[in-house]
Amino acid sequence: MAEISVISNSQTDTIDLRKKHRLGESLVGGFLFFCGVLSVGTTIFIVYILFRETRLFFQFPEVTVFDFLTKTKWEPAINEFGIWPLLTATLLTTTIAMAVALPLGLFVAIYLSEYASSRTRNFLKPILEILAGIPTVVYGYFALTFITPILRGIFGDDIVQIYNTGSAGIAMGILILPMVATMTEDALNSVPRSLREAGYALGATKLEVATKVVVPAALSGIAAAVLVGISRAIGETMIVAIAAGSGSNFTLNPFIGAETMTGYIVRISGGDLSYDTLDYDSIYAIAFLLFMITLGLNLISQQVVRRFREKYE
Amino acid sequence: MGNQDFPQDIQEPGTGMQFITNLPLRHRIGKIWVLFFQLAMVIGIAALAALILNIVNDSTGYMAYTAKIDPLDLTGGRPLESLTSEELNQILVENTTINRYKTIFKEKPLEEWSQPELLEAVVRDVVKLTVLKTWSFTESLKGIARLRQELIELKPKEGPDASFLYKTWITSRFLSSPQNSDPLLAGLKTAILGSLWIIGITLLFAIPIGIGAAIYLEEFANQELWINKLIQTNINNLAAVPSIIYGMLGLTIFVRWLGPITSGSVFGVGDPNVVNGRTIFSGGLTLGLLVLPIVIINSQEAIRAVPSSLRQAGYGLGATKLQTIWAHVLPNAIPGILTGTILALSRAFGETAPLIVVGVSTFITVDPSNVFSQFTSLPAQIYQWTAKPQDVWRNLAAAAIIALMVLLLALNALAIFLRNKYSKEY
Repeated sequence: MAEISVISNSQTDTIDLRKKHRLGESLVGGFLFFCGVLSVGTTIFIVYILFRETRLFFQFPEVTVFDFLTKTKWEPAINEFGIWPLLTATLLTTTIAMAVALPLGLFVAIYLSEYASSRTRNFLKPILEILAGIPTVVYGYFALTFITPILRGIFGDDIVQIYNTGSAGIAMGILILPMVATMTEDALNSVPRSLREAGYALGATKLEVATKVVVPAALSGIAAAVLVGISRAIGETMIVAIAAGSGSNFTLNPFIGAETMTGYIVRISGGDLSYDTLDYDSIYAIAFLLFMITLGLNLISQQVVRRFREKYE
Repeated sequence: MGNQDFPQDIQEPGTGMQFITNLPLRHRIGKIWVLFFQLAMVIGIAALAALILNIVNDSTGYMAYTAKIDPLDLTGGRPLESLTSEELNQILVENTTINRYKTIFKEKPLEEWSQPELLEAVVRDVVKLTVLKTWSFTESLKGIARLRQELIELKPKEGPDASFLYKTWITSRFLSSPQNSDPLLAGLKTAILGSLWIIGITLLFAIPIGIGAAIYLEEFANQELWINKLIQTNINNLAAVPSIIYGMLGLTIFVRWLGPITSGSVFGVGDPNVVNGRTIFSGGLTLGLLVLPIVIINSQEAIRAVPSSLRQAGYGLGATKLQTIWAHVLPNAIPGILTGTILALSRAFGETAPLIVVGVSTFITVDPSNVFSQFTSLPAQIYQWTAKPQDVWRNLAAAAIIALMVLLLALNALAIFLRNKYSKEY
């Protein structure tokens, strides 16, 4: 009888083993969700702000979308707003940068992934990564005080101006080199060993295996590296702001100064500018274009990796 | 793909003769290409070496100047900077007219003057020093005679009377003096303090939110749900947005829309001269948004690396999800998070463009005192000095770059140290 009473006693205040609702837990969970959503908010704000101010820019009677996209003169002082001089300067510096970074990056990656011993690699890779960690303003200084004098020494002072897109492009190439090299090396490393062994078994030399087996197999990764590199070069600001010169110039000559899209934004916003003027809104229109180009390149590079990746499982 | 090319190289399979005759050539080509690959590596390292040497080279060298009174005559051979306030005052008494002396100390009495301020007064009013030209270290090796010739060709009037001084531009005085319009007195203190303030705000903003977002995505989020997929894709894309776009975001939101808050006028504090929101607060938040994706991605990787057995053990003991995360997941992920955060920090430290867009002051001599102060930052200062036409500012920029690089190197060394010290293997 005594036992039964104990059981019945405990039944009256049973331990509820169901999950309790804890207010603190939900609150913290909510906060964490907010943290995650904040990043989406950043994107929405970027798009909203750029779009809004760009629309304001095109509502000025002085500018039309058609002129903006087709005219080859960018002179805000006389109300000429044709994006092409800035765009060609951006494309010029980007092309030079990629002409430096792509072959060097590819070669460095092949060397590190296929030829270097693991000891050499562990020694060399951090050195290369230092290059990627140096602030871009330092590269700008380097372009202006080191590369430009060398270019002037080679081609002559009357051909190469003090501010030129060539030196900015070369410095940018050195900046992007480690990024292209690292991404390419990762792609090369992910090619399975069996493919290399198969190549050797067929009598291929090491070079033939590297260039005709490994590189083609990693092509999607390499393409992605190149696209990300281009996107980085297009958005790069300080190097061109310091070394490429100010004042727009519709030219493809790498030895004379020409302002890029980012260079223009920095120069205009660095001065005292008043809101809702043509100048102020023009930097948003340029930034909008810049954002679209870089976003497009990044999305394409993600697609390239996803679509063309060769899977070896 | 490419591997199908192989059979075509051997045109007559079976004979083997061509294979044998081709083999030495193929090996030779292989060797030549290896040289190219190594050359690329060498070029990369040479570029780094050139970059560093160029900066060191520019940070020391001869300077040609004219002065009304040679500062070395004034002090009997001691550098002017090493004098005490009393000695500097003595120089002012001896070398200025009474009226001029009175004007100098009209605003505040002698006792309140710091040594750098007195130094500035001496250089401005007594020495009246003008820098004519500066040379880098390698140029200085030519010797004073050749440099003087160069100077006379360039400036025939002042050249013959110019004095030469070998100057190392990075000194403790340089690091601890405020900004100044005179290149010989200008210092980095304002810029370094500005950078530290901004980084402080960036940290306070980006670390909690970044780690919070990473915990949400790794521990709470249902990875299949569309919103969480969107957040993840979005973070990856944000990391690739050019930094200048963040600058424009900061300019619009923090400076323009939230100006009353970021300038401190809502709270009744802050500098009354700062009517707009171009303050440390705005700059720090802008950089915070910029590094947020980096902090999130690095923290996610660190959290992912914590083995799930630890979580299961926590749940097995009846801990709630939050308790498990707080007591088991986070302590084990902290080294990775810390490393990633420090790397993000060093990125923020070197960022220039967004701060220029948000609005660094072109010239302030007052040290920032709170988050609502106007600011300049170390990289922005380097940019402004590099952009000046006189070559003496380039030397200052080179010295400032050395300071910046040493700071960044220290940060990265700290990251590596923390990674090695706390990393665990499971």
